[in-house]
Amino acid sequence: MSPQQIQTVGMVATLAVWVVFMLQVTPIMVWIERRGAAMMQDRPGPNRVGPLGLFQSLADALKFMFKESIVPEGADKPLFLMAPLLALIPALTTYTVIPLGPAIQVAGQRIGLTVVPADTGVLLLLALSSLGIYSLIIAGYSSNSKYSLFGALRASAQMISYELALTLAVVAVLLPVGSLRLDEVVTYQQTRHLWNCVPQALGLFVFIIASFAETNRAPFDLPEAESELVAGYHTEYGGMKFALFFMGEYMAMAALSALAATLYFGGWTVPGVDLFKVGDWIATLPLLGKVPGPIWTGLIAALVLFTKVFIALLFFVWVRWSFPRYRFDQLLRLGWKVLLPLSIVNLLLIAVLTLKGVL
Amino acid sequence: MIVPATWYMLLAAGLFVIGTIGALTRRNGISIFLSIELMLNAVNLLLIAYSRQLGDLTGQVIVFFVLAVAAAEAAVGLALFIAIFRHGHTIDVNRMNLMRW
Amino acid sequence: MELFVFSLFALGALVSALAVVSHRNPVYATMSLVVTLVCVAALFLMLGAPFIATLQVLIYTGAIVVLFLFVIMLLNIQREEHSAPSGGAQRWAAILMGFVLAGLLFGLFWRAHAGAEIQPLTEDQVSLTRLARLLFTEYMLPFQAIGLLLLAAVVAATVLARRPDGRITAPGEESK
Repeated sequence: MSPQQIQTVGMVATLAVWVVFMLQVTPIMVWIERRGAAMMQDRPGPNRVGPLGLFQSLADALKFMFKESIVPEGADKPLFLMAPLLALIPALTTYTVIPLGPAIQVAGQRIGLTVVPADTGVLLLLALSSLGIYSLIIAGYSSNSKYSLFGALRASAQMISYELALTLAVVAVLLPVGSLRLDEVVTYQQTRHLWNCVPQALGLFVFIIASFAETNRAPFDLPEAESELVAGYHTEYGGMKFALFFMGEYMAMAALSALAATLYFGGWTVPGVDLFKVGDWIATLPLLGKVPGPIWTGLIAALVLFTKVFIALLFFVWVRWSFPRYRFDQLLRLGWKVLLPLSIVNLLLIAVLTLKGVL
Repeated sequence: MIVPATWYMLLAAGLFVIGTIGALTRRNGISIFLSIELMLNAVNLLLIAYSRQLGDLTGQVIVFFVLAVAAAEAAVGLALFIAIFRHGHTIDVNRMNLMRW
Repeated sequence: MELFVFSLFALGALVSALAVVSHRNPVYATMSLVVTLVCVAALFLMLGAPFIATLQVLIYTGAIVVLFLFVIMLLNIQREEHSAPSGGAQRWAAILMGFVLAGLLFGLFWRAHAGAEIQPLTEDQVSLTRLARLLFTEYMLPFQAIGLLLLAAVVAATVLARRPDGRITAPGEESK
């Protein structure tokens, strides 16, 4: 196979791993969310469908598929049907710049484990995730319902407000690294043997709060809170369309968690462990030795990253069931008057430290 | 084959003309605004095409500034529309004739 | 291959641009603008400007058009009626002038660069570092001026969108 073909195969394999992961996040999260919520509220949670309720997601998926597709009267039909699809665009494109693992040597070629190794790395991710606002607005507008419209306006205003603080927190991480590429951020943390969560603690604080608001998760879930606006922008959606919104929300959470893991928690690296040695060791085992060592390294690195993503997702669930909801004006005040100045202060701090040569 | 930069320039010219026609024929203020954004985009495309043709990165820097100016202009223009709407409850530019003779 | 991709995005940009200027429903026109902007961003990418392409998606489609949609929804802008009182003649005159302008511009660009050859893109030409260096050394003054301009725009927009009694309305309260 020519070098070009090997590179293409590497890229497709990385893409396949990411797609499979992203598509599986929703079912796994549904179970974690419901059992986790139940555990925190001292009740059993779903436990009928399969052992420990593990097939609940499957039952839910079947239910969604068999529901009737209703378009409300007076709704703008093309836009109404397009909005759930728009929700999937950021979900299915943002992970392409996050590195799954180190650059591995396969068949004499050096394959980087990023689907799109662009120079503009993180900027591409932020650009694609900012497209997620459209699904909210179009869903709210086209539903011909006052709850939907208000929910959509509030949700999109919230997303825009916190996007700024998020971006500034990310920029503060990129400043010492000197590059927008995420694999260089990971290499930076690896060579210094110090994850970014230590020097950039303030940035991490801002990033966590901003990502809760970005994904409309509690305590910032007023736009979709049941007690407030029925269900906000997806009030009129049922069946598979609602399932798509649901999936889009969980996939956005997973993408932001993956970004947080890469920026602040070392991505695919494990402190003190050389993944290449682990991969080579696995290749010496009898049955697993059929697959060459570097591929095992890539798989293990991906596994490490996904573990970190799931820990972050568990944190999302934990916070949801622990805090009361913010009122909308409090939410906007927090975003503009607290988080934005904090992120600017963080950026200034990091800039000074980088100039002094400390970072 | 490499697509010649001239084709991009022609496309930019086409987009610009479409935007001009839109700005001149629409009654809705927001639609006029959309056409203006289309014209700005056409100019950006032209600048990048020239930057490619001449191998000079200045074109991209200028586009960077045009993007920022377009954002500022959109923000202020839309705020103006909100203020006008509050006053006259219409966005129709044919009805905004307070200063006509 | 490049020809195919170019014609795909060029056609997409032209068709959606026509939809922007002709569709009666403002929300449809705005969504068509989104399609145009994304096609133009793809064309930027093909012309060797990945940073500008990303910025186009981030700023234009991610913020400016969202602002348009906000205002359209806040003010509940309805579908546009078909023709203004003196609309007919004005529209045809505009379209005619549009064709004249198109002819002029096409002729201009064709004569200027008809047979010009361009070299394939090099790594250096698309490098972000070079662009950033230019931006922060030679064009530092316009860069700072843009910052000031954006500040002025933010203040202006806030002041203009306030109610006459000085209150600022939250989204959804506009119709009171």
